Amino acid sequence: MGAAIAVEGLRMQYGDFVAVDGIDLEVAEGEILAFLGANGAGKTTTIEILEGFRSRTSGRVEVLGHDPETAPLSWREDIGIVLQESEPVPELTAGEAVRMQAAYYSNPRDAAETLRLVGLEDSADQRTRKLSGGQKRRLDLAMALVGNPSLVFLDEPTTGFDPSARRESWGMIEALRDLGKTVLLTTHYMDEAEHLADRIVVIGKGEIVARGTANELAEQVQARTQVTWKPSPTDPRPPDRLGAHIDEMGRVQIETTDSLVTLNELTNWAIETGVDLPELNVARPTLEDIYLQLTDDVQGEGGAPS
Amino acid sequence: MSPIALIRHQLNFDLLIFRRNPAGTFFTVVLPLIFLVIFTSIFGNQTLDNGAKVATLYVPGILTLAIVSATAVNVAITMTTRRERGVLKRVRGTPVPGWIFVLSQALSGVVIALLMTVIISLVGRVLYGVEVQFETLPSLLISLLLGAMAFSAIGLALTRIITSEDAAPAVTNAIFLPLYFVSGVFVPDTEVPSWVGTVGNLFPVSHLNKALQESFDPFADGAAWPWDHWLVIAGWGIVAAVITLKTFRWSPNR
Repeated sequence: MGAAIAVEGLRMQYGDFVAVDGIDLEVAEGEILAFLGANGAGKTTTIEILEGFRSRTSGRVEVLGHDPETAPLSWREDIGIVLQESEPVPELTAGEAVRMQAAYYSNPRDAAETLRLVGLEDSADQRTRKLSGGQKRRLDLAMALVGNPSLVFLDEPTTGFDPSARRESWGMIEALRDLGKTVLLTTHYMDEAEHLADRIVVIGKGEIVARGTANELAEQVQARTQVTWKPSPTDPRPPDRLGAHIDEMGRVQIETTDSLVTLNELTNWAIETGVDLPELNVARPTLEDIYLQLTDDVQGEGGAPS
Repeated sequence: MSPIALIRHQLNFDLLIFRRNPAGTFFTVVLPLIFLVIFTSIFGNQTLDNGAKVATLYVPGILTLAIVSATAVNVAITMTTRRERGVLKRVRGTPVPGWIFVLSQALSGVVIALLMTVIISLVGRVLYGVEVQFETLPSLLISLLLGAMAFSAIGLALTRIITSEDAAPAVTNAIFLPLYFVSGVFVPDTEVPSWVGTVGNLFPVSHLNKALQESFDPFADGAAWPWDHWLVIAGWGIVAAVITLKTFRWSPNR
């Protein structure tokens, strides 16, 4: 298995603004890789360079064995693209839109079968302007898949969706795995990246700040468990070595990387002093916390509590 | 698919899309016919001394309106809309060369203009007794094809200065509506101050109108080859095509 995408030292600069600042990236054949980052982090610039829509300042880029900037048109036979923002032609039906697109490729999939693949077979005869937002997105995917590509780019496939539409889209993207496609998707939802991707690359301010599986990312940031409770005014102070402080909601808060030891000490102290720790809460860090901590380290906004 | 098969494929879809777009069909197909009926109702359709009908003077103007509307206006609005909705960017991501989509859109304008010529000539003949001059038919056809290609190119060139989908109808109307008035489309050249005609003559609408008038002129003897007008139309078309090649954008402006 070779690399479908190989990027080394990619830089893109607009005047003084550095959108992409020297990133390395490798996506193996058949892999689903999520490119995770906030708005303006450089995700779309990077994916559009890989798609051949933008030129770059410097760096080596190879997608399916070609430099996207100089690749022949036939290179696009093997690439499917779902753009961040694109509308179908409103006057056509979903079926017509897919058939129109199919003719652009030399070995297209069957149009009806492609609609079935994305779950739009019942809407084949419906004008695209009557489709819901989620259905339009599925039509986008059908149009990207009808050429039977081996590599699929998905630029923020669920941005602006309600939770149920997002779940629906996830099911569809998972179907790409069964088809053996290589997928590069961008997203700013950590849960989406975790759910769909084999590997996650986190980008902040044009630089890659972390990469790995969701679990590996959690380890990298040494995630802290938060222990909180609501103290009564008469309670004694907990021992200093627990590092407790009062948060903005008047609760006592302890942050720890070793929750078992901390909880043991805390409960021993509580029993000895007769404090009953009302509203005791132990919160594991969410993926969202991990993500924010990763990108904050780069962007320097808010600052991670470390 | 071969390029020719691809153009046919795309042309079929472009014509289907046009047919299903109510605004486009109204302004291109229905409105010129309404104008023809209104003009003949207001100004009358007397028989002139030489036996020709007055409506003979309106038909070329209405035809000019239909051709410009089917090509420049239609192409500018359609291509701007497709660009802003990401449709052009999506086709740019396929193995099909971009010129196929541009040419197909221009050709759809030519087909619609041809169809409108037949319809308007038929209505003129049946309702108002406007004779189609068979000697000048080749000349009519050349004016039509040349005009349709040139004005399609003008429509494509205009997309660069139209920044949004909403602005497209406004910009095209702001350009062409005044031109119709100074080009003898709505008001005959003989009825306007001479400086208006001079201004009109700088632009291609007036020359298409005059070339078509020669084809419908009942007093013309022979085939009528309006070379001077064709040259101006072709010049505008070539300039517009060069501007399109240099400035056409596939990605949305947003």
